[in-house]
Amino acid sequence: MLDDFFIRALLAGSLTALVAGPLGCFIVWRRLAYFGDTLAHSALLGVALAFAFQINLTLSVFVVCAVIAALLLTLQRRASLSSDALLGLLSHSALAVGLVVLSFMSWVRVDLMGFLFGDILSVNKAEIGLMAAGAVAVLAILTFIWKRLFAATVNHDLAMAEGMNPLQVNLIFMLLLAGVIAISMKIVGVLLITALLIIPAATARRFASTPEQMAVMAALAGIASVVAGLFGSLNLDTPSGPSIVVAAMGLFVVSLIPLPFLKRKVSP
Amino acid sequence: MVQKPGSTPELVTLRGAGVCRDGRWLVRGVDMAVAKGEIVTVIGPNGSGKSTTAKMVLGIIEPDEGTVTQQAGLRVGYVPQKLSIDWTMPLSVDRLLQLTAPVDKQRRAQVLERVGISQLAHAQVQHLSGGEFQRALLARAMASNPDILVLDEPVQGVDFSGEVQLYNLIASLRDETGCGILLISHDLHLVMAATNKVICLNGHICCHGTPQAVAESPEYRKLFGERGAATLAVYQHDHDHAHLPDGTVVHKHGDGDGHSHHHGKQG
Repeated sequence: MLDDFFIRALLAGSLTALVAGPLGCFIVWRRLAYFGDTLAHSALLGVALAFAFQINLTLSVFVVCAVIAALLLTLQRRASLSSDALLGLLSHSALAVGLVVLSFMSWVRVDLMGFLFGDILSVNKAEIGLMAAGAVAVLAILTFIWKRLFAATVNHDLAMAEGMNPLQVNLIFMLLLAGVIAISMKIVGVLLITALLIIPAATARRFASTPEQMAVMAALAGIASVVAGLFGSLNLDTPSGPSIVVAAMGLFVVSLIPLPFLKRKVSP
Repeated sequence: MVQKPGSTPELVTLRGAGVCRDGRWLVRGVDMAVAKGEIVTVIGPNGSGKSTTAKMVLGIIEPDEGTVTQQAGLRVGYVPQKLSIDWTMPLSVDRLLQLTAPVDKQRRAQVLERVGISQLAHAQVQHLSGGEFQRALLARAMASNPDILVLDEPVQGVDFSGEVQLYNLIASLRDETGCGILLISHDLHLVMAATNKVICLNGHICCHGTPQAVAESPEYRKLFGERGAATLAVYQHDHDHAHLPDGTVVHKHGDGDGHSHHHGKQG
């Protein structure tokens, strides 16, 4: 069954959406959408370094994302620049440095389109194995820190005062995010990773009445988007990564259709 | 001198504590303690370092000089001054109560009843009014029976009669549970009757003592002016009624719910 490229793509996409959904909820709750973008853009630097030092691509991207996340957390505490200026600075600097480093290695031919928009149809069995292991690890850790991370998301000071150790769980959350970006880069590409994180979460918001429900629904909405996007891409011969994001957006738009029995949950 | 944890009634002690940011002292030289069964109120103008002091007490901010000592194993209940919950977060009042510690159903119903929002247990927090939200936060802070409650402007957005009712509730909580309470307020006339100690802050401790002594001290008068000082003196605790700034008399009835009558408002 795994010999069929389309089945492999479905599996890889679903695994990514499964972890992107719950993490995406925290991105939305914490208003970190641009932060996700910054990490994704810095992934190119990870790609360049992987080629330069002949190391595993996913590992290299993960390390670079984690370093950028740590740098950002440190700079936010010290620098006088505002958070969004810092994000823009780091995001585009990392992207530019990555492109420059790549240009030095004239012997390397990087498929830039594949990097920007993903190359889900070329996922192999080993990569699916890595994704499955990564997904299990991320979900297990997220479950373990869920209560503390949620308290820290509601209010940092409150969580700190009442012994929930927000600094520690925030750091773990950043590492999980770096991990998810590293494994989902192949699926939708760096330009669209943030979309896979936040659109399913936004879709789930309407129907959820507890944070846990929202996380589960976001994962399901993400998987539905992957399936719909890939079938659409197969039938219409469109690029797979962008098709998945278009499907996610379509699902979000459908979720906005007023339903009388849901009215009380969403009205301000 | 090292004191054995639990051997003193002091829950938290600050000695010469100060916080410095970007070369400026937000607050400096704070000596204070909150003991069991005691309500300590910190008042002061905006930017006087009240919230910073509260954060030192809670261990959220490390002091840059001086020391902060929390009793070992101290259970804390905190109502922060600013807490905004993003619209995208599905969070009911019932869930908010269990944010940092498990609270059983009976206790949840009990605390919501105490703050007067029983009917809102299943409401989403974003749908609450400012006053209801403050009540929910207070209920959450007291739900797990903390040793110390730190309340930073706990009655913001609550209407007049509600303010009196909530301050009465805070005082009775102290009486029932014997917890210590640190109350932050800029609302001079509401510095509560049941306060044991008032600390008047303006970057440093201007004066401190009983509510009466602070109101009469020259430092306090200098900081808030004669008018403000005179207002404070009026608001002494009375078992049957209290005055509001416009001359309104608020009666406290036998059922203790602080129901109020308004007599001839004349702004």
